Amino acid sequence: MNRTPTLAVWKFASCDGCQLTLLDCEDELLPLADRVRIAHFTEASSATVAGPYDLSLVEGSITTPDDLERIHRIREQSSTLVTIGACATAGGIQALRNLSGVEQYAAVVYAEPGYIDSLDASTPISAHVPVDFELRGCPIDKGQLIEVITAYLAGREPDVPAHSVCFECKQRGTPCVMVTQGTPCLGPVTHAGCGALCPSLGRGCYGCFGPMNTPNTDALSRQLAASGMPDGTRRRLYRTFNAAADAFARAAERRP
Amino acid sequence: MTHRNTRSLQVSALARVEGEGAMRVTVDDGRVGDVALQIYEPPRFFEALLRGRAHTEPPDITARICGICPVAYQISACHAIEDACGVRVPEPVRQLRRLLYCGEWIESHALHIYLLHAPDFLGYPGVVELARDHRQVVERGLALKKVGNLLIERVGGRSIHPVNVRVGGFYRAPTVATLAALRAPLHRALRDAIATVEWVAGFDFPDLTIDHDFLALSDPDRYAIEDGRPRVSTGVTFPVADLDRHVVEHQVPYSTALHATLDGRRYLTGPLARYALNRPQLSAPALRVADRVGLEPVCRNPFRSIIVRAVEVVHAIVEALTILDGYQPPDPPYVPVPPRAGVGYGASEAPRGSLFHRYTLDSAGRITAALIVPPTAQNQAAIEEDLRRLVQDRIGEPDTELTAACERAIRNYDPCISCATHFLDLTVDRA
Ligand code: SF4
Ligand code: SF4
Repeated sequence: MNRTPTLAVWKFASCDGCQLTLLDCEDELLPLADRVRIAHFTEASSATVAGPYDLSLVEGSITTPDDLERIHRIREQSSTLVTIGACATAGGIQALRNLSGVEQYAAVVYAEPGYIDSLDASTPISAHVPVDFELRGCPIDKGQLIEVITAYLAGREPDVPAHSVCFECKQRGTPCVMVTQGTPCLGPVTHAGCGALCPSLGRGCYGCFGPMNTPNTDALSRQLAASGMPDGTRRRLYRTFNAAADAFARAAERRP
Repeated sequence: MTHRNTRSLQVSALARVEGEGAMRVTVDDGRVGDVALQIYEPPRFFEALLRGRAHTEPPDITARICGICPVAYQISACHAIEDACGVRVPEPVRQLRRLLYCGEWIESHALHIYLLHAPDFLGYPGVVELARDHRQVVERGLALKKVGNLLIERVGGRSIHPVNVRVGGFYRAPTVATLAALRAPLHRALRDAIATVEWVAGFDFPDLTIDHDFLALSDPDRYAIEDGRPRVSTGVTFPVADLDRHVVEHQVPYSTALHATLDGRRYLTGPLARYALNRPQLSAPALRVADRVGLEPVCRNPFRSIIVRAVEVVHAIVEALTILDGYQPPDPPYVPVPPRAGVGYGASEAPRGSLFHRYTLDSAGRITAALIVPPTAQNQAAIEEDLRRLVQDRIGEPDTELTAACERAIRNYDPCISCATHFLDLTVDRA
């Protein structure tokens, strides 16, 4: 098969940061464009080629009835579908509405909430269609994105580690902020990928890559409580950009 | 076409804007009727989800409103919370914020100029197609953008959604050596930025003159970027704390983005406004190149905003180099911001225009109400007015040409639709 594979990028409820990560691959963008045919990417081009598509990257969560239909059409037209970012893999920050109810949220922002057509919950792509690979992060990491696309082009599995941010701290030689400074940190339960950015700057991880594969949130919650963190603060810590990810959602509800 | 009395022009998914939207224009007997910029970006309800969060959280949370200008959200949020808590950060921290913000102006303007906007002037659907014929030019744009991102990374820890910004300042101040390493890339970028101004000034610009009021932040000492006082081209100026008395947002049925008015009138914020109001404060290299390419002191053609953006990139690079010259890591890198009950206002100049935040805090520092007025909400009425004028001037043209022209006019603003928290299609109904 020497046909150039086609790449499509799709957007749902999101900040555009994850698809922007692709445009931020300044050194790799033009070489990549020589290897794949960018068939649909409205942020980058007004030219659109009709499906089917070989690789679809999907950003954003499902929050409207229209989007619900659109994701099914995209899945039907895509051989491989990869979600990029916390919005697409875990519902994103906008999933906080799942806790309070969308009517209440709409009433805060809009004078006429009735005009706003929005689903009750913000849900990840995998809640509606089968997903071939989920890339985590808010935003995703550039290196990991290139790895996923390269792996796809080479026909192999992407090499994206599933361990915790703690491993990355050890790798870069950052002293543990919890042990040495008593700074609360979600690193022990958070998926690696960022290179342990926050601890390297002296702050605790706030979990933007979402839960790692087998997180021991009970142990971490106990530690956070023992260090004097009030319940409400701990709950909010789990409830940010990956609030609807299973492990974080459960940890937020459970008392240690 | 023209044999009908009613015509309808439509673009169902506007490309090369950040976010999703549509436009609908009605033409009735040769007169333009309704113009609606419909933003159907799903609302994400940031103002609602901020309620109940701690006063330390808005910089990380509001960054997620927009992946292209997260720094703007972070800095406006910091200002508003510091204001509510009665804290003023010292000059060295403000300088470091300004440096970080220069990175965002360089990155975001370079993205807008090269990837979103220039293809329109040269007749390409996008940057990849443009690169096939003009590889070196596109490489120059990508290099420029990369330097902006590098600057954000070095100061902010990450180029999209920086992690180093906190209320009161920064978690860790970059070392002198970290920042000194930026000097050589910034000097190269300065040459590229000046070449960019010369390149875009040579484009063919459609005729369109607008008469919107301009709003921008102003600072007596410098070209306002990260801070300043709102100033209007009518001569009105007011403290950010009087925001509610001047800027009012209202909802329109066809859009998930709110529309703002200033003292009851439509207005424009962004590069054209900043340049018109603050031009004398541009750095010498930026002013020199603006004069050399014949950029008028007050630019009223929105298509020429691409030149103004390029001039601002030159300015941001010079400014960043100046800050680097005197840089000493602020120690400590932040001031404590103890919570107290109150209302605070904050503003800064996002690449696409003034960005206002207002927070109400209770005595424990919990947010009880939040208001975020992004540039797109403020510019929506002005964009609609541009479209109205453009269609009226070219009413005899076929739908396809008119539609393309409207799309281009919208991209003058790159309405950053995510920031309106709310997507673009173009419909022109001809009656
Ligand atoms: S995951 Fe984060 S960075 Fe990515 S689109 Fe969603 S909000 Fe933006
Ligand atoms: S919050 Fe955690 S996962 Fe996100 S950048 Fe910081 S350390 Fe990395």
